[in-house]
Amino acid sequence: MTGDRTESPAANGARIEISDLAVSLGGVEILENVSVTAEPGEFVGLVGPNGAGKTTLLRAISGAVSPTRGTVTIDGTDLHDRSSKAASRLVAVVPQDTTLSFSFDVRTVVEMGRYPHRSRFSPPTEDDRTHVERALERTRTAEFADRPIDEVSGGERQRVVLARAIAQDTPVLLLDEPTASLDVNHQIETLELVRDLVEDGTTVVAAIHDLNLAARYCDRLVALADGSVLEAGPPESVLTAKTLESAFDVTATVMENPATGTPAVTALRETEREPLPERVHVVGNGSTAANVVSRLVTADIECTVGPVSSGDVAAEVARQHGLETLEVEPFAALSAADRSSVRRHLEAADVTVAADLEVGAGNQLLLEDLAETPSLVVVDSRPFAERNHAGDRARTLYERCRQSARIASVGGILEAIDEVDDGFGSPLETGGESSEGEPEDVEPPDAESTDD
Amino acid sequence: MSNRGRIVSWSLGLSVLLVAVVVASAALGPVRIDPVTVSKAMANLAGAGTYDVPATHQTIVADVRLPRILLAATVGFALAAAGTVMQGFFRNPLADPSIIGVSSGAAVGAVAAIAFPALVPIGSIHLPAFVGAIATAFLVYAIATEGGRTPVATLLLAGVAVQAFLGAVISYMLVHSGESLREAVVWMMGHLHRSNWADVGFALPVTLVGVLVLGAYTREMNVLLLGEEDAQHLGVNVERTKLLLLAIASIVTAAGVAVAGIIGFVGLVVPHMMRLIVGPDHRILLPTSALAGASFLVVADTVARVGAFGIPIVPVGIVTAFVGAPFFLYLLTSREVHAL
Repeated sequence: MTGDRTESPAANGARIEISDLAVSLGGVEILENVSVTAEPGEFVGLVGPNGAGKTTLLRAISGAVSPTRGTVTIDGTDLHDRSSKAASRLVAVVPQDTTLSFSFDVRTVVEMGRYPHRSRFSPPTEDDRTHVERALERTRTAEFADRPIDEVSGGERQRVVLARAIAQDTPVLLLDEPTASLDVNHQIETLELVRDLVEDGTTVVAAIHDLNLAARYCDRLVALADGSVLEAGPPESVLTAKTLESAFDVTATVMENPATGTPAVTALRETEREPLPERVHVVGNGSTAANVVSRLVTADIECTVGPVSSGDVAAEVARQHGLETLEVEPFAALSAADRSSVRRHLEAADVTVAADLEVGAGNQLLLEDLAETPSLVVVDSRPFAERNHAGDRARTLYERCRQSARIASVGGILEAIDEVDDGFGSPLETGGESSEGEPEDVEPPDAESTDD
Repeated sequence: MSNRGRIVSWSLGLSVLLVAVVVASAALGPVRIDPVTVSKAMANLAGAGTYDVPATHQTIVADVRLPRILLAATVGFALAAAGTVMQGFFRNPLADPSIIGVSSGAAVGAVAAIAFPALVPIGSIHLPAFVGAIATAFLVYAIATEGGRTPVATLLLAGVAVQAFLGAVISYMLVHSGESLREAVVWMMGHLHRSNWADVGFALPVTLVGVLVLGAYTREMNVLLLGEEDAQHLGVNVERTKLLLLAIASIVTAAGVAVAGIIGFVGLVVPHMMRLIVGPDHRILLPTSALAGASFLVVADTVARVGAFGIPIVPVGIVTAFVGAPFFLYLLTSREVHAL
């Protein structure tokens, strides 16, 4: 298979050099500070979550998008400085989805790969025919070469497009998710074929979704996240739990695959864990409570609020968002009806947040209810002493609430309610949290709470 | 390659059909002339012999019928070829040769020349029609081009908008055209009844050269069907090729429309029909569509001219629409027209 390839340009792969690349599409920066090289005859895999910029990077290499900054060169020349035909004698592309909704037969589609090698008026040469036939055979598409392309399956179609790229016979081959719609068997077969091309000297850059396959077949991996390179190097140095967590937001274990000796990745679960709780009740006052409410609403969590004094900024924000809010007169005693209403809210909520709660003679009974709430998060931005108008008894009650609650800052509110909701909201953890729960028994909450 | 064989045999077959249709058409008319005599008269005309043909028959064939028949063939050839290119270009089976406003532009030029001869003192209708057509195509292209790129969808919409605008201009001119209203309307319906050799001398060379150039770009048309980004990856200079295809197809259409008015459905239905028969590969689709379009319009014009099947003599555009529209509906309902 390799012996007669010496005359073909693919026999000596080209060097791809990308330095300090930035690409914006429609004003949005898709890639920034990307520097990647691929040596001749190297198989470089691009991994990363959806939207990380893998496809855009491939398109930048193929010249389909122009860099806003930085350069992409192939064998030292910018593709844009070459003629269309010369460029496509250098780089072949297998896009993620090709619209082949018309009835060319498979062979005709593969023949189109020879377009850059042919001159306008001459019939196809022996060389053209050989390349087409070989591409059909190598991709095992020869068996249905005469069928219309719109009548073959999605996986077969993907192999046809790969065959077209192979017929193009270029030193560089770019593949965007070449195994995406293939079954396991054909995934392996396709990547084995690509590996063969690499052994023949082709330089390959491929976006590959499946990390294990990427690890198994690529010489080097480039992990992309949010449009920049997170890590690049041999698979075993890129596929680490740490890189995976920052790229994909997953906790994963990486072990050696006993069969192939390459890293095997097992994703455990998302760092974000369970979905956020559905319903949160917020009691509290002032900008802290308002801020908490805003963050919850932004996170698309159903929120109830109260009791909150009319005219309080928290009441204002709750009203703006159209939340179910229990408003009470400032400094007035909590009526029995209001208290039962609050209890209903507390029961209905998955998590309750007490945010800079002001305690007066009128609402200290509320603290008793809060102390019994199983999933409680307390946010203390202002010292409790400043908020306590009900003396020592209120202070003791509040302290009891704090002990069974998760203490959080406004910024960490989502994380805190998430943990509490998942049942991790034990006081043990609170104690371990050095930044927030410091002087447990030394001084009552008055002393601390300047954490924000 | 067998593909080459297919192209040659289909083209030859359709060429033979075209010659047969031309001879048959020339034999028909108020004076019936037998096909052998017609052939002899044609040979005399072509200087390929000096056969003995009655002088009246020679005159009827060579001076009366043949210019009209050849013009019909030329226009059919041009419209079907341009329609094939536009359908491929827009990847839309509903595209026709005038999709970017060529016909409307020609109509503006022609109606202006007919209705306001003082304003357009050229004494010719062809020239203002041709110029109007080309100018419109250029205008639509310029509107749709931004930053060196001409998105196909923008081109389509710009074409629709410009056509609507020109439609208003035409209506305005028609309202104020006075006695020349009928002539203007007949022009717009598509007509071949006043054809002469000068018309053929204008339209035929433009069409032949244009279609030959298009023929040299059939592989690009195929590759463009894969989508513009794929075409670029395969080495097609996409924007330059699009400009060239659009320009040549518009010139070819303009040549046909300028001499024959707006003859609908030839450029829409014929490429469709041929695509169903020979497939989407432009290397075979373009020549076969062009040849089939030529035969189709000769037959349609013969019906228009002779008044067959009890149909009175009418402008040919009525015949093509009368036959073409139902046929198109038949295609829509019975075949997979989405498969370009």
